[in-house]
Amino acid sequence: MTNRRVIRRPPALVLLLGAVGLALFVVPLAGLLWRTPWSDLPTLITSSMVTDALGISLVASVSATVFSALVGVPLAWLLARVEFPGRRLVRGLVLLPLVLPPVVGGAALLFALGRRGMVGEPLYEQTGLVLPFSIWGVILATTFVAMPFLVITVEGALRNFDERYESAAASLGAGRWTVLRRVTLPMIGPSVMAGLTLTWARAFGEFGATITFAGNLPGRTQTLPLAVFVALESDRAVAVAISLLMVVVSLAVLIALRERWWKVL
Amino acid sequence: MSILVVIVALAGCGGQGDEELLVSAAASLAGAFAEIEGAFEDARPDVDVVLNFGGSSTLREQILGGAPVDVFASANMSNMDAVVAAGQTVGAPRVFAFNTLEIAVPAGNPGSVDGLDDFSDDGLLLGLCAEAVPCGELAREALSTAGVTAAIDTNEPDVRALLAKIEAGELDAGIIYVTDVTSAGGTVEGIAIPEDVNVTAECSIAVLAGAANHQIANAFIDMVLSDEGQAILSEYGFSSQ
Repeated sequence: MTNRRVIRRPPALVLLLGAVGLALFVVPLAGLLWRTPWSDLPTLITSSMVTDALGISLVASVSATVFSALVGVPLAWLLARVEFPGRRLVRGLVLLPLVLPPVVGGAALLFALGRRGMVGEPLYEQTGLVLPFSIWGVILATTFVAMPFLVITVEGALRNFDERYESAAASLGAGRWTVLRRVTLPMIGPSVMAGLTLTWARAFGEFGATITFAGNLPGRTQTLPLAVFVALESDRAVAVAISLLMVVVSLAVLIALRERWWKVL
Repeated sequence: MSILVVIVALAGCGGQGDEELLVSAAASLAGAFAEIEGAFEDARPDVDVVLNFGGSSTLREQILGGAPVDVFASANMSNMDAVVAAGQTVGAPRVFAFNTLEIAVPAGNPGSVDGLDDFSDDGLLLGLCAEAVPCGELAREALSTAGVTAAIDTNEPDVRALLAKIEAGELDAGIIYVTDVTSAGGTVEGIAIPEDVNVTAECSIAVLAGAANHQIANAFIDMVLSDEGQAILSEYGFSSQ
C-alpha cells in the first residue's frame, strides 16, 4: 500500500464514468429508502410472514454455504491440480449456473430431481423423499446457483499459489494430508472465506431457481426474496420493508467480512 | 426489475420501421392472444404486436410503475380497476371474455383427486396461484364457498407456472382456468367444480394513457372484440357470456 502511487487528481472522464457506474448502484437504493414507510417499519419487519421468511432464508443460505464448502472446495482442488481430459468442459459446466437464468436452473432441477424426475422418481419410490416444495428443495436450488462463486474463487487461488511451498513441506517429510491442512488451506484461507461470503450472499438473494424448484409456501419454502415478490403485488409497504431488511443484512455481512478477507479479491 | 424486462423486450424487438404495439396480457390469455396477434398482424402488416404475458397483478404493477405499455388485458376486473383508478387508462375497459375455474390433475390422476374436498388432504401435493393473482384469488373464493380449508404446498406466481408443475406431475392437483386445461391438451385432466361454488372471471381490456398510438391500440381491441377474435377465444375455452 505504501509504495502505491497516489493519484491526486483523477482524469475527469474516468471520474465521470465511475460516478455513472456508482449511481447505477446507489440510485435504486435511494429509491428504496425513499419509499420506506419508516414509522411502520418495526411492525412490518416483525410480522410473521417476514420473520418466517427470514428464518428460512438464513437456514437455506447457511446450509447452502456449508454444503458448498464440503463439495465445492474439493472440486476446486481437482480442477486446479489434476490434469484430466475434458477439464475445460467441466470447468465450464461448473460455472454455468453463474450465467444461466436461475429459472432454467430451477426447471432443470425439477426435471432431474422432482418427484417425476430422472433421479427424483426412483428416489421417491425407494425412500418416499420429495425434494420440491420442501426446505431441502430450497437448499438444493440455492446451492446450485451459489456454489460456482466458491469454486471459481478457490480454484483461482489454488492456481496462483506457488506449489513449491507444498513441495518443500513434502520434502521435509510432511504427508499429503498434513500438507493440505498445514500449508495449502492456510495459504488459500482468505480466498476460501471470500468465496464462502460470495456464495452465502448469492444464496441469500436467490429467487428464480427457488420458486421454480421448491415452490412458494409461507413458513416452509418462502424465503425473503419470494416474500418480496409476493408482497410487491399485495402490500407494497411490506415489500419495501423486506427489501430494506435484505439490503441491511447483506451489506452488514459483506462489509464486515470484506475488512478481514476480501483483500484477496 | 419487471419494468426493465419490458423495456429490454421492447428494445430487442426493433422492427424495420414497423409501428410497435406492446400488449400486456394475463398469462391465461397466452394461447388465444398469440393467435389474435397473428390475425391482427395479417390485417395490419405495418404493425408489430409485442405480447408481454404475466400474472395480471404483475402486469398491473409494471403499468403502475411506468412501463411503456399500450394495451392491458387483465384476467379479472380488480387488477383492471386498480389501473383505471390510477388514471392510466383511456376510455372505459371492455369485458371481452369470461372464464371459470377447474381442478387440474396430471394425466392419469395419480393422486386420485375427485373434487374440491381433496384440497384439505395433507398427503397430496397441492398448488394454487398466489393470492394476489386472479386465479389465486378466485380459487380461494371457490374453496371458501365450498367450505374447504386447503392444505396448499405452493403458491405459484401465475397460472402457467402452476400448470407446468401439474403437467410435470410434481403436484397432484391445482385449481386453474378451464381455458388452461383446454390449452394443455392431454397433459392434464380437468375435474369440474360444481356451478354453485365456481367463480366467473371477467377478462377486460383497455388502452393505456401512455399508448404511443391510440388508433392502433383501439384497432387491436376491436380485433379482440370482433367475431374473428371471439372465435379464437372460444376455441381456447373462453365463453362470451
